[in-house]
Amino acid sequence: MTHSACASDLIFAIEQAATPASLVVAVQALAEARLEAGIPTLISALGYNNPEAAVIAVQGLVELGEAAVQPLIERLDDYNYGARAYSFRALAAIADPQALDVLINAAETDFAPSVRRAATKGIGQLHWSQLPDEQRQAAQDRALQSLLALAQHPDWDIRYAAVVGLQALASSGEATEVELAARILAQFNHIAQTDADLAVRARAEMAQQQLNALSNQLAAIG
Amino acid sequence: MSETSLQQSFESESQPTESSGEALTVEQAIANLTHEDLSLRYYAAWWLGKFAKGEPEVVDALIAVLEDEADRTELGGYPLRRNAVRALGKLADDRAVPGLLGCLDCPDYYVREAAAQSLGMLGDRTCIPVLMSWLEGGVAAVQLFPGRPHLTQPAEAAMETLEALKVTEAVPLIEPFLQHSLDRVRHGAARALYVLTQDPVYGERLVQELGNSDLKMRRMILLDMGASGYLSGAEAIAQASVENSFKVMALKSLLENHLKQQLEAVLVSPSTERVMNLLDSLL
Repeated sequence: MTHSACASDLIFAIEQAATPASLVVAVQALAEARLEAGIPTLISALGYNNPEAAVIAVQGLVELGEAAVQPLIERLDDYNYGARAYSFRALAAIADPQALDVLINAAETDFAPSVRRAATKGIGQLHWSQLPDEQRQAAQDRALQSLLALAQHPDWDIRYAAVVGLQALASSGEATEVELAARILAQFNHIAQTDADLAVRARAEMAQQQLNALSNQLAAIG
Repeated sequence: MSETSLQQSFESESQPTESSGEALTVEQAIANLTHEDLSLRYYAAWWLGKFAKGEPEVVDALIAVLEDEADRTELGGYPLRRNAVRALGKLADDRAVPGLLGCLDCPDYYVREAAAQSLGMLGDRTCIPVLMSWLEGGVAAVQLFPGRPHLTQPAEAAMETLEALKVTEAVPLIEPFLQHSLDRVRHGAARALYVLTQDPVYGERLVQELGNSDLKMRRMILLDMGASGYLSGAEAIAQASVENSFKVMALKSLLENHLKQQLEAVLVSPSTERVMNLLDSLL
């Protein structure tokens, strides 16, 4: 059997699934096959209002990696925030820096908190090294500016997600990005002292401790 | 966890932005409390609870409304009093206590329920004997009121307030309600008992109840678990078959309730790190 025939069978099984349980089984089969031809169908499965199937589809898309990035961006579901949140979780986990613009846009402007949280976390954890040297600095600066602004958001969950994103950004850097890390650490210090929500303060303090431990380790090696 | 607070927590997801209310002013709202249109009175009482800041004249006007006889439902309820009682709980002025205590005897179940909650918010301890009396007789005495969607007494509100006021003497009175036939009453009992005793047996009761087949009920248990501060329940919250937004809210509340119960101001420890790692994974 050729790959495309195999994909069409698996896709057909999803279209024919008559019960939530059989849908989960069919999505699982397509996700495990890791076929690029199955990407649009996996993306559709994010919007079937079946959380179990959606989580499996996200996992399948993440395993397909870069190939899934453009289709995910092109097929963002403007009318279903549940589906959109799964798309952004997939984009955040694949961490391809091509997604930076859509992540920033969603984090700053989407009305659904679940979408904003997923996108905010995703901004910080992109794989910057995949960018050409001349673009990397500018992209990280944009991510930093956006996350620093999101760290002032009125909603606690966005501020919390911004701390998670900033920590990832600070720990992603090469040794040359000391300045970036120092700026983020100063922000964590401020948040840990002043945030209105105890959970956000605790998360900033944890980020501070972990970043300091990391830089001590690096210093010990270096 | 009451249905109303659950709806309020979930609104943020389904309603994009909430404007800052109708174009009322505090003066207009106070005037509307005695307007001839009863629906305007009802709305004004709600509005003051939501948007007023506890100005003395607001509190006085709401206290006066606790005696209202004009606004009645077909079943004899007092809608305006219910809203005034709820508003007074939010405005946090102790002068409301005597009026609210009077409401604990109101024939309207919902006025009694709201009064118990508001007195809890005001930290009033004189209401304790009445609230404990509502639980006397246990499950046999506190059953659904025939033909109504509520119990004979507001047992859930009583347990919640006794929990908030840290009334450990109430433990033997609450314990029997772990056997109640209504899920939400059992959950309320388990949560109050955990908070009052810190005995993990009660926290585990909530974890077991997460096996409930009804999604709405599982959501409410998650919020109860968060409110309980039962830290060992964190994994069960993260794995529950409920939307992420509920899990995120429940874990936040769990973390903060745990932090508030601690004497030292240590925000990061192995156990709080565990909860935060779970929270991160759900963003």
